[in-house]
Amino acid sequence: MSQILIYTILTLCLLGVVAAVVLFFVAKKFHVYEDPRIDDVETMLPLANCGGCGYPGCRGLADALVKNDDITSLYCPVGGTSTMKRVADFLGKSAPEKEPQVAEVRCGGSCDKRPRISEYDGAPSCAVENSLYSGETGCNYGCLGKGDCVVVCNFDAIAVDPATGLPQVDADKCTACGACVKACPRNIIELRKKGPKNRRVYVNCVNGDKGAVSRKLCTVSCIACGKCAKICPFEAITVENNLAYIDPYKCRLCRKCVPECPTSAIAEVNFPPKKEAPAGGGKGGDGVAVKVREQTAPKATSKTDGLPVGPSGGEAGENAVQQA
Amino acid sequence: MEKKLIVAPSPHVHDSYTTTTLMRDVLVALIPALAVTTVIYGIQVLVVTAVSVAACVLFEYLIQRFMLGGRSTVGDLSAVVTGVLLAFNLPVSIPLWLVILGALVAIGVGKMTFGGLGRNPFNPALVGRVFLLLSFPVAMTTYPAPAGVDAMSGATPLTFLKEAVKNGQPLSELMPEISYGNLLYGLHGGSLGEIAALALILGFGYMLLRRVITWHIPVAVLGSMAVFAAVLWGFNPDSYADPLFHILTGGALLGAIFMATDYATSPMSKSGMLAYGAGIGIITILIRNWGSYPEGISFAILIMNAVVPLINKYMRPRRFGEPAKS
Amino acid sequence: MLRTFKKGGVHPHDNKLSRDAAIEVFPLPETVVIPLSQHIGPPAAAQVAKGDKVKAGQLIASAAGFVSANIHSSVSGTVVAVDNVPDAGNIRRPAVTIKVEGDEWEDGIDCTEGFRKADASLDGAEIIKRIAAAGIVGMGGATFPTQVKLSVPPGKKAEYLVINGVECEPYLTADHRVMMEKGEELLEGIRLLAKALGVAKSYIGIENNKPDAIAHLSQLAAGDAGIEVVPLKVKYPQGGEKQLIAAVTGREVPSGGLPLDVGVVVQNVGTAVAVYEAVVKNKPLVERIVTVTGKTLGKPSNLRVRVGTPVSSLIEHCGGLPDSAGKVIGGGPMMGRAMSNLDCPVTKGTSGILVMDGAQAVRRAPEACIKCAKCVEICPMGLEPYILYKLGVRNRFPEMEEYYATDCIECGSCSFTCPASLPLLDYIRLGKGEVMKIIRARKN
Repeated sequence: MSQILIYTILTLCLLGVVAAVVLFFVAKKFHVYEDPRIDDVETMLPLANCGGCGYPGCRGLADALVKNDDITSLYCPVGGTSTMKRVADFLGKSAPEKEPQVAEVRCGGSCDKRPRISEYDGAPSCAVENSLYSGETGCNYGCLGKGDCVVVCNFDAIAVDPATGLPQVDADKCTACGACVKACPRNIIELRKKGPKNRRVYVNCVNGDKGAVSRKLCTVSCIACGKCAKICPFEAITVENNLAYIDPYKCRLCRKCVPECPTSAIAEVNFPPKKEAPAGGGKGGDGVAVKVREQTAPKATSKTDGLPVGPSGGEAGENAVQQA
Repeated sequence: MEKKLIVAPSPHVHDSYTTTTLMRDVLVALIPALAVTTVIYGIQVLVVTAVSVAACVLFEYLIQRFMLGGRSTVGDLSAVVTGVLLAFNLPVSIPLWLVILGALVAIGVGKMTFGGLGRNPFNPALVGRVFLLLSFPVAMTTYPAPAGVDAMSGATPLTFLKEAVKNGQPLSELMPEISYGNLLYGLHGGSLGEIAALALILGFGYMLLRRVITWHIPVAVLGSMAVFAAVLWGFNPDSYADPLFHILTGGALLGAIFMATDYATSPMSKSGMLAYGAGIGIITILIRNWGSYPEGISFAILIMNAVVPLINKYMRPRRFGEPAKS
Repeated sequence: MLRTFKKGGVHPHDNKLSRDAAIEVFPLPETVVIPLSQHIGPPAAAQVAKGDKVKAGQLIASAAGFVSANIHSSVSGTVVAVDNVPDAGNIRRPAVTIKVEGDEWEDGIDCTEGFRKADASLDGAEIIKRIAAAGIVGMGGATFPTQVKLSVPPGKKAEYLVINGVECEPYLTADHRVMMEKGEELLEGIRLLAKALGVAKSYIGIENNKPDAIAHLSQLAAGDAGIEVVPLKVKYPQGGEKQLIAAVTGREVPSGGLPLDVGVVVQNVGTAVAVYEAVVKNKPLVERIVTVTGKTLGKPSNLRVRVGTPVSSLIEHCGGLPDSAGKVIGGGPMMGRAMSNLDCPVTKGTSGILVMDGAQAVRRAPEACIKCAKCVEICPMGLEPYILYKLGVRNRFPEMEEYYATDCIECGSCSFTCPASLPLLDYIRLGKGEVMKIIRARKN
């Protein structure tokens, strides 16, 4: 009995030793050197593996950050400038800088503003719907509302609002990884500069039809009248292909264009409610502009829900980090 | 235009069957076998089946509602089919609490763990059956003799033969005692669903007619069993039973027609179905002749279930206009 | 034993409500909208401007590129707009709008009804030239420019011409009526097509749910050894080009290949009649036979309609849109496209208008895939729709290429048959498009 035990133990030990020796030599022979810094850099990244940087996962970016001498073209949109700075300091390279961005859904065609003319009954996917139809409304450019952008978001930052039928971005959760931008078959979503105190002004429409056509389809469409471009003191607004566009890097957030728009297609986000329109503006446009503010004000509060709002609150702190 | 038209990609029409109608057709196909068994074994057959079905449906409902927290899909009747098939794999004398335990394992372990209908790799009814067989061998292999039949009482024909071979009795002496008529009509010992061969074949015909299943799997299982058994029988009829005997006994028909053809656990392509069926047939005969169990189709099906993903990967359908492999 | 294709196929109810309704000439509408893109390929270039007077049969847009087709005015009148107009799916596309004034035809067009034999001295090249000039496209619904199909590239040879009289789409009867009422013209058109291709043998494939058409054409073609009517077993999608070739000749077009790879060219019966009219009567493709049908529609009919006529007026003519209507489909129920805009015009490819009831039209709620293998069984291309669907839902397009999404003919048999009512084809079609993009990007 004891003999059996001893033999068993001996055999097992011997097997273990032989295997260990074999493994040792194999490991030596096939060893691949990998820069240990890749592991370190990887742990500094957000590890969300969203692919927003253009590399397959965080390790892909870490690998590129370590191997490339010039890393100014590499950027992790999720971690932002602070993360990139830490990584750059660690690697002794100069950090790429980018202003923080946020995804903006450029369509205001909610159910009451853009009449539904048909009922879509196919697979619940914008891409499928877009391949065959104009959508449930007559607008060939606007949001389809089936939520392809919601599905791809890794950060739970975008959701379709059942009241408007349009996706809403939670600016605090949005990391500007760009997944929704790629997923949207109509290229409605744009990554825009987050702006000081999260304040932004943008054209909330992508319709490229002539004004006479788009106006019939949707009451808040851009009709390319050009009034906004004329009033803009900074030449930030261009009108091309029947559509106005505000360059976020030229726009100084003066908001002169907002009351000017006859269809209230220009949206302003996170501005405190104005007492009086400062610079005259169109008489007819005034009432409309107020409507815009009412519309965006609750949006703003919902975006900062749970966070201290105000100049001295969390937003300012966040901006300080971003500017560092 | 006031009227809102519905738009959707093509096609705009749909065939009449749904998951539920398919399952209902399987149930209809099982009715003849249930009827024959009830005539032979008495009302207890219906009690066992009812308990099994009720337990399966209840467990599926409870798990879906309270553990997975979703909408329950018991309405698709798949749990009912599992319940009937589980009952068909049990002896009529089984204690009812064992039936409930078997249903729990079948639905809880065999089906819902993997995400429910269509995702389970193993046939749920067989998971329940094999669990009971391994855990409660005595209860699971005690078969009361059918009323009015005294031959081979207390044992299935396969156990009867296995014992004989073990004792060195030449089969050629025993075989004349076995009446193929009795095997066809179900007048022999066995679990609920396995005894009525003719009724099972009737069910097969119905399912083929309703296009619930194709012929490939059952024919491949039975065909490969017959060929393999015939080779052995031709080699030595004293140790090996003849092919017809193998096909008519031990749940081979039940397994081939109703268990092996379970949608989720069988291959997708025609060639895959044939290979899968052939595998089941060969493993069954191997177990029956050289294994420790007298019958082996349950194990054979479960083993081949495990191979199905591989079959699906490598035995794909031939594409239209596919260039010939060089 | 009737011939059919071997692999897959389904049997939807054929519902040929208008099978015995003789073709009616639909009255001229007040205005027509003629889209510049009624064919596969780039839209034709407009040759008229607002205010121009046009005659019926006059060229108003010319083919833009090799795979494109000429477009002619279907009416006489004044051009009121050359602009973007919403199509059946409310997508705005370029079109010419013409206000109808009288019915004056371009000189040299023979508008009489009588049958004439073609001039025997015509050679193949001249026939193809006339076909191209007349703007003829495949009238079964694919709308591929016919002259391109007839131009056999060097190194390839056409052996057979197969004429598609299958009409496997449920409800549609336009081709059936053409075969019954325009038999002589059809056969003459086939002879012209055969001459253009240089083939000696033509087959007309007809499913045996149209025994009258089989008998009628067999009798007409009795004296012509070059034309044979082939009755086929009813099975969808037999009207698919590759399936029809397999059914009639037993040959399989290789994956990714064209019918010419097996020496066959397929043309629709409607196309053959259009070829006859273009070559013999010099009449461009400005009208077509449209089946207007539906179970609740007052009067299912087959109408001869000028291209550009609004769909709503056709429905009005056939009893008006019933209150219960939920869906209107351009084409048949298997491959047709649901319309959201009934003011859209009839085009060269509109084979039918199908009105479906609301209850009929709504899809069933999808359930979980039970791996029943029915989609694999019925796929006429031998694909695995369940895998393609799963990959499509997850946007895994490169993998869809490995599962040959590009072989899909979009016949819809998989979605039709799926017991779990999964939108299989929706995602396969999406994936097919994405895979095409990937392939194009790789080539560049």
